Amino acid sequence: MTTVNLTMAIVLGGLYSAGFYLLMQRSLMRILLGIVIIGHGANLMLQLAGGPPGRPAMVGEAAPENMADPFPQAMALTAIVITFALTTFLLALAYRSWVLLGHDEVQDDVEDRRIRRMERRLAESEDDTESEATQ
Amino acid sequence: MTLLVALPILLPLAAAGLSLAFGRFADVQRVLGMVVLGVLIVDSAVLLYVADTFGPVVLQVGNWPAPFGITLVADRLAVLLLLVSSVVTFAVLLYSIGQRITDYGRGASSTTFHPIYLVLCAGVSLAYLSGDLFNLFVAFEIMLSSSYVLINRRATATRIRAGMTYTIVSLTSSLLFITVIALVYAATGTVNLADLAQRVAELPDGLQTALGLIVLIVFGVKSAMVPLHFWLPDSYPNAPAPITAVFAGLLTKVGIYAMIRTQTLVFAHNESWRLMLAIALITMIVGALGALAQNDINRMLSFLLVSHIGYMLFGLGVYDTAGLTGVILYVIHHITVQATLFLVSGLITRHTGTVALSRMGGLAKASPLIAVLFALPALSLAGIPPFSGFVAKLALLQAGVEAGTWSAYAVTGGAVLTSLLTLYAMARIWTRVFWGRVRKPEADPDPEDELVVGTGTTARAMVISTGLLVTVSVAIAVAAGPLAEISGRAAADLMRHETYSTVVLGGDP
Repeated sequence: MTTVNLTMAIVLGGLYSAGFYLLMQRSLMRILLGIVIIGHGANLMLQLAGGPPGRPAMVGEAAPENMADPFPQAMALTAIVITFALTTFLLALAYRSWVLLGHDEVQDDVEDRRIRRMERRLAESEDDTESEATQ
Repeated sequence: MTLLVALPILLPLAAAGLSLAFGRFADVQRVLGMVVLGVLIVDSAVLLYVADTFGPVVLQVGNWPAPFGITLVADRLAVLLLLVSSVVTFAVLLYSIGQRITDYGRGASSTTFHPIYLVLCAGVSLAYLSGDLFNLFVAFEIMLSSSYVLINRRATATRIRAGMTYTIVSLTSSLLFITVIALVYAATGTVNLADLAQRVAELPDGLQTALGLIVLIVFGVKSAMVPLHFWLPDSYPNAPAPITAVFAGLLTKVGIYAMIRTQTLVFAHNESWRLMLAIALITMIVGALGALAQNDINRMLSFLLVSHIGYMLFGLGVYDTAGLTGVILYVIHHITVQATLFLVSGLITRHTGTVALSRMGGLAKASPLIAVLFALPALSLAGIPPFSGFVAKLALLQAGVEAGTWSAYAVTGGAVLTSLLTLYAMARIWTRVFWGRVRKPEADPDPEDELVVGTGTTARAMVISTGLLVTVSVAIAVAAGPLAEISGRAAADLMRHETYSTVVLGGDP
């Protein structure tokens, strides 16, 4: 069981909340930045899972129990490579969508659009019946 | 012997590289892909025999001892799903080769499709076989990255919107996955599943529950359980039929597999699980009602896919050997049947030129063979005897009744209702598509993209591969006895995970 120090906890909280805030935006570019930031947060968290920062990593510099845990570092390295590759892919995708659609806005859900159309139709037919009643 | 475990991962990956090198030789790519996936079927069949008679086969990669190195574990559940998945990937590859040849001629090579498809297969195999949480994450990433490429490949304006939703949602759940790995490691100091099983049990109850729930959310997004399902019906229907088929058949089920594995081995429960039962009920009903509101055949099938994820959650929620046996049977049945239905929908749209049910008709007269190919998996999905769906549903319903709690009874009722709604949805597709007056195929609405529809032609390979999957799904029903026995043994393994732990961590099984 390892404990995280307060500064790191605050940094992590900041990264995650900023990232998720950006994920909620409409522009694909902001969403992408959000994913990059959450990715950094997640990788930092993996690092912290191995113990407090500042411990030696090389063999022979300290007693084994005072050394940094190499396992989360290896995992973080893999995770960084994966998030990096997917960020590039997402950038390419954002560019492609900008070329094809002329904007990089994320669209509403198909069902949402259908419901809105139906609402509009209902509102129109209600208007019709009201105007007929007044005539 | 242990090398057999590495084969389903190494072989497709190596073949993907070769396939990329032979990008200009279409026939070489095709033969290579088919041979590799064929070998995979044989390999997993052998593994199934070995794992069932002699116990789980474990490969410690690089001979690093268990909690530190990468461990590949082939136990009954993993190998059973591996076998079904490789049959489906084989059939889907045959279908897409047939489609390609009919549309573009024999010489038309597709440099990227074959390598990426093989990487996807490797990722699926790794997900089934991996024995630690981080490796599972890597497997998901291999699988999902190739799926991002497949779904966004040669995207047009409408498809790229769908692809974007899919990519972003999957990526977010992957980041949550990294987060939960970090949390689990911080709490226990290990990511090996067998080791975790022991360490997590020593943690305080609250922490166990919290970690278990985050894991549930991560795999819930991947397996499209309601309310985390919203991305699926928006993205799957827009991809070409073979790609949708393999996604619908495999990707969500790999999520379910990961859920079963983690929730039985690591975050084990003592009794039936109310939260899971509630989610299962909501998933079934929401999915089925969503399906009825659709006019697009592929969207309808996607909502049915979501709905039937609920059945698998139901078995997991009952949480006893009978329930898990039901889940395993259901996963096997659903992988084949859902993939088949999407392949058939691909055949249908080639004849109609549209996905709108209201503009189709008379296909039973125009092409009786497609009608038969649709009817069998459709009846099976609805759970009509004597098809595979009936066997799987019966196992689940029995488990639900035997569990004997009011919540289990409620979900059992919901499951029967959902079956009826599924049958209704299938009947709607049938009457709209196959009955009525014969209509001429509509012109391809988007001739620029790779989806060729409305040609009125079907290649023999496409029909044969769909037929192959239909046969497999009928064979599942015929071989229901032995299959249920193996599933029962696999479920019993899941319920007492000491076997898994001792085998992985060294020692006699």
